Amino acid sequence: MSTANFTVPTVTHAASNAGDLVEKVTVQNLDFYYGDHRALKDINVSLYHGKVTAFIGPSGCGKSTLLRVLNRMYDLYPHQRATGHVRLDNDDILAPSQDLNLLRAKVGMVFQKPTPFPMTIYENIAFGIRLYEKLPKSELDDRVKHALARAALWDEVKDKLGASGLSLSGGQQQRLCIARTVAVRPEVILFDEPCSALDPISTAKIEELIDELKEDYTIAIVTHNMQQAARVSDFTAFMYLGEMVEYGDTTRMFTTPTDRRTQDYITGRFG
Amino acid sequence: MTEQHTAKAFDVDLQDLSRMVAEMGGLAEKQVADAVDALAKRDTNLAQRVTASDVNIDALQREIEEKSVLTIARRQPMAVDLREIVGALRVANDLERIGDLAKNIAKRVIALNAEFPPPKLIRGVEHMTDLVLEQLKAVLDAYGRRDDSKAMAVWRGDEEIDAVCTSVFRELLTYMMEDPRNITFCIHLMFCAKNIERMGDHATNIAETVHYIIDGNPITERRPKGDTTTLAALTGASGN
Repeated sequence: MSTANFTVPTVTHAASNAGDLVEKVTVQNLDFYYGDHRALKDINVSLYHGKVTAFIGPSGCGKSTLLRVLNRMYDLYPHQRATGHVRLDNDDILAPSQDLNLLRAKVGMVFQKPTPFPMTIYENIAFGIRLYEKLPKSELDDRVKHALARAALWDEVKDKLGASGLSLSGGQQQRLCIARTVAVRPEVILFDEPCSALDPISTAKIEELIDELKEDYTIAIVTHNMQQAARVSDFTAFMYLGEMVEYGDTTRMFTTPTDRRTQDYITGRFG
Repeated sequence: MTEQHTAKAFDVDLQDLSRMVAEMGGLAEKQVADAVDALAKRDTNLAQRVTASDVNIDALQREIEEKSVLTIARRQPMAVDLREIVGALRVANDLERIGDLAKNIAKRVIALNAEFPPPKLIRGVEHMTDLVLEQLKAVLDAYGRRDDSKAMAVWRGDEEIDAVCTSVFRELLTYMMEDPRNITFCIHLMFCAKNIERMGDHATNIAETVHYIIDGNPITERRPKGDTTTLAALTGASGN
């Protein structure tokens, strides 16, 4: 693996129907700094509506950092800053005037470890909705039910909505978190290794769910599981040492990648 | 494959597969040479041996299949690794067919029994065999060295075999028209010639697979074709 000669990232849209794609999130010349450390270097990438984009790469390559930029999660921490352009439709996400609460409702995030609130299953979902909207009880009930149904959890919890969210299994907790994200009607959902703490069956359920959700949302997923990226995504971006090495149609990325580093990584030769 | 896998055992799996395919190639080459040798030397004993040894090739093919399936299940190969394994499966398939065709020639030698055609008629078949064996050797070499340009040379070189096959057909046809007693062995020889021509096609299949392993894309250009035996029958008949 030679890291000496970094070239311009290869950005190819191999999808034959590239014309039908609707850009939802556009990242242009994005740099990101943890203090003095430049963690992202001139990233250019697009997320498309109705498509799943997977970010792969070895630990520390910047893929989670990139997700954290997309909903300004990094704002919670001092000494972290981003430069460049990140647009959601035509709205500049990085603009100082950006309403962060609204942004995070539009760009939801699901984390590696399920993080249900220590409250009832019902409240876990209703809590988020109440932050943004004032709804009569019956309507709120509908929204909670709908969110749980979208997350393929309704049938399993409909008789125990009053039970604690923490009483659910790991896989159910993760789906509860997805329901919580879906409940506030986001436009983009970011998954940061959503299955790495789950068993294979729960993983399959989440993957199935991502497949269903993508019809209505723009989805980005960070995963260390190459097969998972190959299964769930339409586009794949390979990142290495803060750079976007290769980005393109998932089928092509996993069968005939053009960059040597991508090939070495996905075939298990480094990383 | 220049760089090694982090999981060394995966490299061993792939090397094993490659080695088994090479071994199978060697067996197939020998079978073809022996079958035609038996035909030329009227050696039914040798023909019997060829018929009997086909099981070895079949067994190797099964082994390659099992190992491939196991490796896919165990390693979930991607990109070039996946092509390596799919390639091994395909090449093994073609080699198995070549083995079958050689066996079929051997069976015909046994069936001909004492009734052997004059040597000059067999010469055409022998010439075809030389060409096919050359192609087979070259393509197995290309597979062993992952040499795309060599594989492509084989892919383009099948035309000559087809041309010789056409001329052998014409010759046999004339012979049959001369004397109906020649028909039995001429028909057998025609099948032998066709078998050898088919082996050439399998060699080009292997060439395509080698290209796919290395390049990742199938060949899109059209292969030059020289086999006009389908027309030879008509022109040959009308010529007399």
